[in-house]
Amino acid sequence: MIYREAGQFKTSYGADQMIFPILQDRIFVILAVVAAYLVPLIANEYWLQAVLIPFLILSLAAIGLNLLTGYAGQLSLGTGGFMAVGGYMTYKITTAFPDLNVLIAVLLAGLIAALVGLVFGIPSLRIKGFYLAVATLAAQFFILWLFNKVGWFVNYSPSGTITAPPRTLLGIMVTGPEATAPVRYLIVLTFLAFFALAAKNLVRGRIGRSWMAIRDMDIAAEIIGIRPYQTKLLAFAISSFYCGVAGGLYVFCYLGSAETEAFDIALSFSVLFMIIIGGLGSILGSILGAAFITMVPIFLTNAPPLIGLSMPIDLQKHIEVMLFGSLIVFFLIVEPRGIARLWQIAKEKFRLWPFPY
Amino acid sequence: MTQKARQIGDTLLKVEGVSLTFGGVKALTDVSFEIREHEVLAIIGPNGAGKSSMLNVINGFYHPQEGAITYKGETRKQMRPYAAAKSGIARTFQNIALFKGMSTLDNIMTGRLLKMHCNFLLQALYLGPAREEELRHRASVEHIIDFLEIQSIRRTPVGRLPYGLQKRVELGRALAAEPDLLLLDEPMAGMNVEEKEDMCRFILDVNDEFGTTIALIEHDMSVVMDISDRVVVLDYGRKIADGSPDEVRANPEVIEAYLGIRHN
Amino acid sequence: MEILYAFFVAPFVDMASDPIFFSEVVIGGVLTGIMYSLVALGFVLIFKASGVFNFSQGVMVLFAALTLVGLMEHGVPVWLALILTVMVMIALAFAVEWIMLRRLVNQEEIVLFMSTIGLSFVLQGFGETVWGSNVKLLDVGIPNESFEVGGILLNEFDLFAAASGALMVTVLAVFFHYTRMGRALRAVADDHQAALAVGIPLKTIWIMVWSVAGMVGLVAGIMWGAKSGVQFSLSLIALKALPVLILGGFTSVPGAIVGGLIIGVGEKIAEIYWGPLVGGAIENWFAYMLALVFLLFRPQGLFGEKIIERV
Repeated sequence: MIYREAGQFKTSYGADQMIFPILQDRIFVILAVVAAYLVPLIANEYWLQAVLIPFLILSLAAIGLNLLTGYAGQLSLGTGGFMAVGGYMTYKITTAFPDLNVLIAVLLAGLIAALVGLVFGIPSLRIKGFYLAVATLAAQFFILWLFNKVGWFVNYSPSGTITAPPRTLLGIMVTGPEATAPVRYLIVLTFLAFFALAAKNLVRGRIGRSWMAIRDMDIAAEIIGIRPYQTKLLAFAISSFYCGVAGGLYVFCYLGSAETEAFDIALSFSVLFMIIIGGLGSILGSILGAAFITMVPIFLTNAPPLIGLSMPIDLQKHIEVMLFGSLIVFFLIVEPRGIARLWQIAKEKFRLWPFPY
Repeated sequence: MTQKARQIGDTLLKVEGVSLTFGGVKALTDVSFEIREHEVLAIIGPNGAGKSSMLNVINGFYHPQEGAITYKGETRKQMRPYAAAKSGIARTFQNIALFKGMSTLDNIMTGRLLKMHCNFLLQALYLGPAREEELRHRASVEHIIDFLEIQSIRRTPVGRLPYGLQKRVELGRALAAEPDLLLLDEPMAGMNVEEKEDMCRFILDVNDEFGTTIALIEHDMSVVMDISDRVVVLDYGRKIADGSPDEVRANPEVIEAYLGIRHN
Repeated sequence: MEILYAFFVAPFVDMASDPIFFSEVVIGGVLTGIMYSLVALGFVLIFKASGVFNFSQGVMVLFAALTLVGLMEHGVPVWLALILTVMVMIALAFAVEWIMLRRLVNQEEIVLFMSTIGLSFVLQGFGETVWGSNVKLLDVGIPNESFEVGGILLNEFDLFAAASGALMVTVLAVFFHYTRMGRALRAVADDHQAALAVGIPLKTIWIMVWSVAGMVGLVAGIMWGAKSGVQFSLSLIALKALPVLILGGFTSVPGAIVGGLIIGVGEKIAEIYWGPLVGGAIENWFAYMLALVFLLFRPQGLFGEKIIERV
């Protein structure tokens, strides 16, 4: 009954083009964002560090991949590689210029990741679909190998590990071992909020439409005057920028220190899972999918002890993997268009409730 | 015959000696004709006569091995689809080629993409010029939506629309580009009588109101004879007739092609 | 100049100066290549017959090998264990069709692809839950003696692997091209609904190809497992089969073989002659880079059909 749009008349195209044309949605979103900023007041260290921070960072990466795969239709399995570029480049930049604001270093690293993405996007001009997906694996493996083999990237540290140095922002420690979880949480949240909005703006305008046109029917898109090369390459660049920024935050605000294993193919797959489960071609879906994929393993790990079941650790690990796989299959069968679609259906229902028509 | 206020002008596009082959198959052989400004030209012929291939050549999707095309005074052997679109050629397709994942509104908005120029940074922020540009084009797209009477399906994903409406949306997308030359590939295929009448009306209105030059492929002879100023007939990749509807109707070769009298 | 010499001249000088070692490298590459081909073959079968890009093929290899080893560890004789494993793989095909595929008919490719990734998690978890995750030795009694031909060291086991790979490919190629079932399979790959409409039993076909792919996986599993032990890393060779597929084309049985050989030989040679120059371990990415460069020149693969686009 509360969720009604009756009586809200749009009198300009501007009003009709808003992201949330319905008043209740706007209120809900504003409340949700405010609530997200208040979370550190109630959440403990464990929740922030082990659940929420990785969730937010991976949401950002998922948005990046969704721009490329969900909107522009170019399947990529190289997300981990592009995130690694962000992580390692942030490290290089901030150790080379210690006085530079570390957040700017993250953004610059994102730009470098965008360039790398551009290079690995070139094959998309000739190849499509799964062929392209395999080509992006080249990015994944080559980039990690490079960071492993070339000492310059890790400042010749013998262990090959990069460690986030302590950096401050407005006098507050934001990275390094001294930085508290709430501070890091707020930084990551701000990044996500800003870039999620930017992504939404991109996809509802000219660029988003040309991406979707290429995705839905590339030949027709070309004939109505969309240049496929530029459009696809832009998608690769912007997507990799998002992944790069997420990678920088992953090292500096979440892991603290990392080796290339942190960015291996498993990471690429889990980000891909996020957007499939969440919903291809949906910004909100990317975030919901990231929530699902980060929360489920935590739930599966904690659930058996809760109901008084105890079993050997490795057995539990195997069962966890199995359940995770089953859940994914289950989800794909129930709603191949993802959680975002379920959310939309629920909203439609709620709009009419309690009257059936 | 409808009475038309507009004046048929000079040659807009001239096809000269175009031949197109795929491997050993000859799709078009030495075809020449011209399209004049503001006219409605119909290209007819039996199945496989090379009509669609002809349109594909005109808007740069196929590259003919021989011959040249002169458009707006500029002669070229071939062009990229992008360049064709930019110089004002828009088209619809025989098998609807809409973007199925997008709404009607978004589909028609893609027709305006060539006229939108804001860079992605401004768009990401949805500030000033980007917002203003978006709204300006939205307004002109709404004009087309009104013209085609599809207001009620504005937000519907086109994949869910019935065939006839999809054809209409596709026309909308082509119109959104404000083309000088509009190519329609069987705009009335698979429609019932009412839908056909609607479509005819839209085509004539476009031609009348905006002065758009139209080249269309159609199988329904009564429609062709009704709405076109001139007719070009293709058979087995060759042009066998070219002239006013009445002339073409009387042409013995055309009759032969349509009645299926044996060749040679 | 020196660096140019090191990259473009020295490796070839090395090859020429020790031809026996070089031919051993090539043979080693061929044998690894056959292994890749066997895995790729499973992919091709399923892709050809159902249009599903089956990511779980690698895990199916692991699962088959695990089942076989597990049974043998429990004292089951080899021949019985083999039969039982084949039955398990057929049962798996039934289960996959029942639980997954029939509910995903006509979904988008990417959804089917993702579901097979989910399946690979399930299989891996299931296999390790039942059989444990420690490295196991597999010995099914394939002869393993080394001998010399013209100064080149050869191994009976490797030859056996090569022969069984070749046999398998021949049988499958004949099956696809000359039998009624093969034609039905190709029809299904083209269009699920159209195939149903002309009365091809979709379900039977799917169960069949998944069973066959399972058996191909078993053969690959036996070969790899006997060589390097049955362990989780077996499933990672699946990823190596992807560039093989690209080289050969997704739908070509001979392509899978030729692609596997090219990748196998190429990466061995690159690793041994060029690897040391850039710090080694280039086997990790060389195959993908090779495939990528190759794609730029021939997007449809070696044996894929040329794509003609029309509107």
